Amino acid sequence: MAVTVTQPQRPSSGATPAPGGRRSRGRTASVHGSRWTPYLFLAPFLVLFLTFVAVPGVFGIWISLHDWDFLLPKKPFVGLQNYTDLLDSSSPQFQPFWNGMKATAIFVVISVPFLVTLPLLLAILLGRRFPGRTFFRAVFFAPFVLGVAVVGLMWRYLLDPSFGMVNGMLGALGLPDSTAWTTEQPWAWISLAFVTVWWTIGFNAVIYLAGLADIPVEQYEAADIDGASAWQKLRYVTLPGLRPVLIFVVITTVLASANMFGQSYLITKGGPGDSTRTAIMEITDLGLSQYRMGQASAMSYVLAVFLALIALVNFWLLREKKS
Amino acid sequence: MKRRNGPLFWVGMTVLSLIFIGPLLLVLLTAFKSQSESRTVPPTYFPSQPSLRAFDVLFFQDAASPVLRWFLNSMAAATMHAALVLVVCSLAGYALARMEFRFKNAIFTAIILTLFVPGFIFLMPNFLLLDKLGWLDQIWALVVPGAAGAFGVFFMRQFFQGLPKEFEESARLDGAGPFRTWWSIVLPNARPALVTLGVLSYLANWNDFIWPIYVLFSPERLTLPAGLSRLQGAYTIDYPVVMAGAMLAAIPVLALYVFVQRYVIEGVASSGVKG
Repeated sequence: MAVTVTQPQRPSSGATPAPGGRRSRGRTASVHGSRWTPYLFLAPFLVLFLTFVAVPGVFGIWISLHDWDFLLPKKPFVGLQNYTDLLDSSSPQFQPFWNGMKATAIFVVISVPFLVTLPLLLAILLGRRFPGRTFFRAVFFAPFVLGVAVVGLMWRYLLDPSFGMVNGMLGALGLPDSTAWTTEQPWAWISLAFVTVWWTIGFNAVIYLAGLADIPVEQYEAADIDGASAWQKLRYVTLPGLRPVLIFVVITTVLASANMFGQSYLITKGGPGDSTRTAIMEITDLGLSQYRMGQASAMSYVLAVFLALIALVNFWLLREKKS
Repeated sequence: MKRRNGPLFWVGMTVLSLIFIGPLLLVLLTAFKSQSESRTVPPTYFPSQPSLRAFDVLFFQDAASPVLRWFLNSMAAATMHAALVLVVCSLAGYALARMEFRFKNAIFTAIILTLFVPGFIFLMPNFLLLDKLGWLDQIWALVVPGAAGAFGVFFMRQFFQGLPKEFEESARLDGAGPFRTWWSIVLPNARPALVTLGVLSYLANWNDFIWPIYVLFSPERLTLPAGLSRLQGAYTIDYPVVMAGAMLAAIPVLALYVFVQRYVIEGVASSGVKG
């Protein structure tokens, strides 16, 4: 399987045309059949894609231009008001929305550095040759196959401030044993970041491992000959060799953390106060519990634009600098 | 790197393994405790009087929480979803890998672009769409909408492009049509990719949380993750019961993972190769 290729794929037109098949019209495919055959193969996908991806993507904008209450028959057109309300501190959406954006931003800032660096260290460890390497790789990856519901319910119990086993073990080691992991700040953020690292470390580690395998061994041998230290090899061989993978990991991890929902829904229930109510929690609560979908759609597009800008900035900061 | 791995390395590996597996074991042990023992300070690790009470409550005592039904709902939804993804994405992926047709690049670009659109954009419009289709509170709400994913079709296309063309050409010379060729020549050779995509789709659907909690309403229609989060809503949480439920959701995917971990990990690794 082509799992270790890190060269970017050509964006399109990857299939080579059939030899000699270019000229005659009805026979342009390397697989024969009528000219409609490709569309028949694509039809089931395209029907689902148009119905549940392409059309909703645009329909959502339409919703956001209306006062769209799911439970009311009238859904009056309001233009851009749902967007301008988000900038108007006297509107009822203003405070919850920006509180959610702030919580999302805090979570991104505290979780991403760990979610990017710890898996890299783990991947470097696992990249060494030792018996049982595949076994350990599978162990560290295991939590990732669990759903956020399992992870959230588990850690809510383990992190319980009064009878949780995390405090129990800290106490057994003679450390403070009454930290309010889920009910006070900054502990709630620390807990959510820790749980997310525990849950997803294997994902990024596996992506780094594939990237590490593509760095030519000769580069390390050359560094050894030059008497490079372990740190120098990391700095001057590993990191530059991983650059494309690193860009991918940083961008996808920022987006994943910005999408955080289940951990705070289950572990802190948005608390203490509403400090861990993320933007996604606000959007789903407003749109899918209170059914005020116009406002919620407007929020989701604003959040999406923010995330797109952040992804572009990350890409720009991490790009190969041409000297 | 040729350095020897000293005892420190192995101590580190052991500690790390405990951090990743230990919490699961502690939770599994909790499922066998009494409700009062689950709340003792300091906590016990091994149940002093192991009992199956939590599983009894989970399965038989609470009519408002039909946990077995949730389990079967999750199974059915994930199985149908994975099957649908495989059919739809391997058909489309094959066309994109091997056929030439008008608008091919436009279609492929449009699909790939959606990889960059965050999923929450689709929550509200798809909810309304399901309402129009009469699929709210139905299993179809979980099976169908996510099946046309860009990742699946991209993954299958990449795999098909890597297959040698000789078999397909000899099938054509033998008079097999394109559909026949796809079904009896191409798909059997694509088994590793199909297993990988099938397992990843199954896991994603089994674990999905945000969508089922909003599109399912009736207690008997819930999936396991959605149902378990409602169990937690009670005033005093019966933790052994909730932990038993969490293990019920975890053990099938962990078991599946043990058998196909190579496919899962390689599938995930391949998602990073787009660079």
